[in-house]
Amino acid sequence: MTGQGAPGRPGPLIEVRGLRVDYGLGPDAVHAVIDADLTLLSGTVLGLAGESGSGKSTLAYAMTRLLRAPGIITGGQVLLHGGTGSPAEAGTINLLAADEGQLRELRWSHIAVVMQSAMHALNPVVTIGAQLTDVLAAHRVRMDKTERRERAAFLLEMVGISADNLRRYPHQLSGGMRQRVMIAMALALEPAVVIMDEPTTALDVVTQREILTELADLQRELSFAVLFITHDLSLLVELADSIAVMYAGRLLEQAAAADLYRAPRHPYTLGLLRSFPPLHGPSRPLTGIPGSPPDLRTPPPGCPFHPRCGFAMDICRTEMPPAFSTGAGGGRSATCWLQDRAHEVPAELAMAGPGSGPGAGPGPGGTRPAQAPLTDAVQPAGAAALPGPAAGLPEGGASLADPAAVPPGGGASLPDAASTTRATGPVS
Amino acid sequence: MTTSAGRGSLDGAGAAAASAVASRPALLEAREITKHFPAGRGGAVVHAVDGVSLALPSGRITAIVGESGSGKSTLARLFARLLKPTSGQLLLDGDPAPPGRGGRRRYAQQVQMVLQDPFASLNPVHDVRYHLTRPLKVHGLGTTGSLDETLAGLLERVALTPPERFLRKYPHELSGGQRQRVAIARALAVRPRVLLADEPVSMLDVSIRLGILNLLAGLRENEGMTILYITHDIASARYLADEIAVMYAGRLVESAPAISVTDRPAHPYTQLLLSAAPDPDRPEPAPVSGRGSVPSLLTPPPGCRFHPRCPHAMEICSQLPPPPAEVAPGHVSACWLHVPERPAGTVAPAERRHDGPPTRLADDPSHQQGRPTRPALRRSPFPRPRHGQSKEAGDEPAGHNGV
Repeated sequence: MTGQGAPGRPGPLIEVRGLRVDYGLGPDAVHAVIDADLTLLSGTVLGLAGESGSGKSTLAYAMTRLLRAPGIITGGQVLLHGGTGSPAEAGTINLLAADEGQLRELRWSHIAVVMQSAMHALNPVVTIGAQLTDVLAAHRVRMDKTERRERAAFLLEMVGISADNLRRYPHQLSGGMRQRVMIAMALALEPAVVIMDEPTTALDVVTQREILTELADLQRELSFAVLFITHDLSLLVELADSIAVMYAGRLLEQAAAADLYRAPRHPYTLGLLRSFPPLHGPSRPLTGIPGSPPDLRTPPPGCPFHPRCGFAMDICRTEMPPAFSTGAGGGRSATCWLQDRAHEVPAELAMAGPGSGPGAGPGPGGTRPAQAPLTDAVQPAGAAALPGPAAGLPEGGASLADPAAVPPGGGASLPDAASTTRATGPVS
Repeated sequence: MTTSAGRGSLDGAGAAAASAVASRPALLEAREITKHFPAGRGGAVVHAVDGVSLALPSGRITAIVGESGSGKSTLARLFARLLKPTSGQLLLDGDPAPPGRGGRRRYAQQVQMVLQDPFASLNPVHDVRYHLTRPLKVHGLGTTGSLDETLAGLLERVALTPPERFLRKYPHELSGGQRQRVAIARALAVRPRVLLADEPVSMLDVSIRLGILNLLAGLRENEGMTILYITHDIASARYLADEIAVMYAGRLVESAPAISVTDRPAHPYTQLLLSAAPDPDRPEPAPVSGRGSVPSLLTPPPGCRFHPRCPHAMEICSQLPPPPAEVAPGHVSACWLHVPERPAGTVAPAERRHDGPPTRLADDPSHQQGRPTRPALRRSPFPRPRHGQSKEAGDEPAGHNGV
């Protein structure tokens, strides 16, 4: 899902600057989002990964001003830049300062949201058709009834559901179909941004894959931007152009998807990547991350991850690190003292990523670097006889083996990279 | 497990693949076990589990992988004797599971279950100590030595240390991972030989899942525990289990050593499952073949239950349920593609070179007819632009047959 469909070079669509969100007031307030900086480029997919309670949904709801009490936005800016194909006027608007009228103008037609639980987000006593046309009736006042029906039928067909289902109720549809209806509804007014909060978490893998494939096609054809929130980092690596990793209310790392996967810069990202058992290669013990996420009511001092971090230093226990730029092109950042250029970076966190070479530039904007099929090297010999999905890998995609993709000197750490992430490289 | 997985029906079908003998004796075994739930009026039934034969070899971890509605949890509950099978048998150490109340209790002392949701499976008004003492009392296990020592030992086995810090805690004071550890300790209290873990990590945060999986692996490693691991996540099954059995719509479709299933899947459904699983190492999104959804279990399709979705479906697939066939030593697939001698008059698909054992199919003279056509992957109301570097480019010739 790249932003290839977007005309020209994608510019920033939404910029979040220093966003802070609390639950509750005064000294007892829980800081759910702390100083979040995030940029969503038009026509791209930004993945927001985090565990439960990391503040990823809170961040999304605060951005769209959908946050409910006791959530309070205590600081920051959310700038929405006028996108293409939208009725909203071009120009920049601070969503946090927008009044109700402006928000009403922007919501759905410019920023749409797909909620996690389609069963709860759809009204069980209203037909699918009525729910779809309701949106149009509210936002497209000039459409008449027939036009609305036609548009609703078109939207359903677009997400792969026959228009016969317009007269059916949500309970008559399967979970996957309901989630597709949600996506159709979100796209009803051709928004520039769709925020998806765990849209496929409740679905089976096959259904999830179908919906994501369809979403990728739609995104390419309609070139809307997506903020995709999930706890499944391995899914994001496949799906997103760039990824932001959130932990205990803070954004700990941001990078292009392939860079983040091949060469994480933050120990938490590394731990997360090591928490997903691989589907290929030799089995080796994985550790996950020791301990459990902190209670946000009593966050640890300093870096919130330090109690679980294998690389924690003295400074981590007392002072919160700022976000250090780590990419050559400045396209990525890691909120970790290890990256302040004064400390020695452990080999696991200093690997050369596929996009970190000179000229690769900030990942989100550029074409996503192809991920090398490292697994080819460790395909069992018998795989050819009874091919699994892995045997269907296209040939000749060995971009990692391409010396141009690896900066000089970085190549030495490459075998390390392969052995420490989920990649099953030519080592072993 | 793998060979005996199909033993019952193999015997019935008179097939010869049962010659391979499981290397380890089965501690717990289900033979042709079936569970139908009554549904509504008119005697309709939900075919939750149909004729599944599965053996849990002693000291091994066996995983059951399937989507929701595949019957995997029902099978776990049948193993735990929380449900009474409609037909079929449970064998413990080769003997039928003892009947009656006393028999059930003796059985339960050997076979314990860990449930999916540790937020629901622990009683919020009782502390950890109560949760761990209760099974000891129910099973009348006089504790040799002091009770405190027994409890401390249990907590140490699940890495909740120091134990005295946890004994007085209530579930709400524990994190999800700690709760699941308490639930495992509770199951271990009666010193069972088999642990049935029904999605033990699916409710937990990603970063702490491996801790629980490693704990289960340690129980197998250090204490020779026999474990049934139920999951929808085939990657975690590959990580933890020695053997994987794949279920679809109430039937076992494939079983083999874990690595064989994920690296060389034989059954089209397993191939579908694997191509749909998230995999960052995949350079391109895998083409997913076999659209549609799980069939209604009220009226399951005749023949192979996967045939309405199967890209390789043949005529026979809609007529007769496929018998388990051994595609490699210890690797059993219930698919007509892998049955060497199909009943006469059936049609084989063309070009099986990449999918099945080639020699068995290539010489089938009837394979030119009835070649299944691949369904369009999706329909789109939009014209499809052909980007030079778009994802479609080259994925057809790249050879994803069968996946």
